Amino acid sequence: MATLSIQATAEDDPYSIHLPPQESRVVMYKGQSGMWSWLLHRITGLGILLFLLIHIVDISLLGFGPQIYNEGIALFSLTIVRVLSLALIGGLLYHSFNGVRIMLIDFWPKGARYQGAMFVVVMILTIVCFLPMAYFVIAPAFGINPGNMASGM
Amino acid sequence: MRVSTAYGSRPSGGGFETFSWYFFRISGVLLIFLAIFHLFLNHVATDVSCTSYQLISIRYENPFWRLYDWLLLTLALLHGMNGLRIVVDDYVRTRGWRLTLQSAVGIVTLVFFLLGTITLITFHPVVGALGPNCIK
Repeated sequence: MATLSIQATAEDDPYSIHLPPQESRVVMYKGQSGMWSWLLHRITGLGILLFLLIHIVDISLLGFGPQIYNEGIALFSLTIVRVLSLALIGGLLYHSFNGVRIMLIDFWPKGARYQGAMFVVVMILTIVCFLPMAYFVIAPAFGINPGNMASGM
Repeated sequence: MRVSTAYGSRPSGGGFETFSWYFFRISGVLLIFLAIFHLFLNHVATDVSCTSYQLISIRYENPFWRLYDWLLLTLALLHGMNGLRIVVDDYVRTRGWRLTLQSAVGIVTLVFFLLGTITLITFHPVVGALGPNCIK
């Protein structure tokens, strides 16, 4: 009865609350690997979005000329920002690979059966791709030139 | 409880949520290539301290890079803000806050899309004053 009235409100008004009945909410999440992959996907997504908004602002400094733009970009060389860049790279790689896993679950008939194994593959791929990229990003913080300190293209 | 159909859940009935579901996946596939190559270009191929005004000036002489960056901007912003819309939908329970935050998501999307697009279109290097190659 209560469910019916909630659904009716949700249909009338997209901004109203439309939750499932209390009983089914209690048993929704039991903490399997699917839950952790989902949670990580959401957290990395929000983190990447926060960076994107900051990045749009720092790129908009281009309009104020070379000095102001370069002062903004110089912040990215700070060690603390390099560490944050590592989080961005790790988050982006995970979100990309897990996105492929989600699409395989959606479109590949055996996707749901192998979702657990695919999660392991996602984590391995994330780490394998992260390590070499991380070296290039963090090495300058230790005074090491990884050979990319002169602008090419 | 959902009974497995072997496939994952898929939206039915058309409308905006179905469009949103497909948009996440189509933009996601494109973003994997656009965003990872963008990271490689600006953090690995050259250090971030070398993505100077001078480098951008040289790169943006070629309209391909402006188009590349605009596509990345547009798809990433719409993909991300659509995700934020769903997060608000999931966690915000009171009607007033839902309306306020969903409106804020829409406004922020529009403002940042315009800011990024205007920056990309209007960028004209200050000739003869490009600044250093890499920022120390």
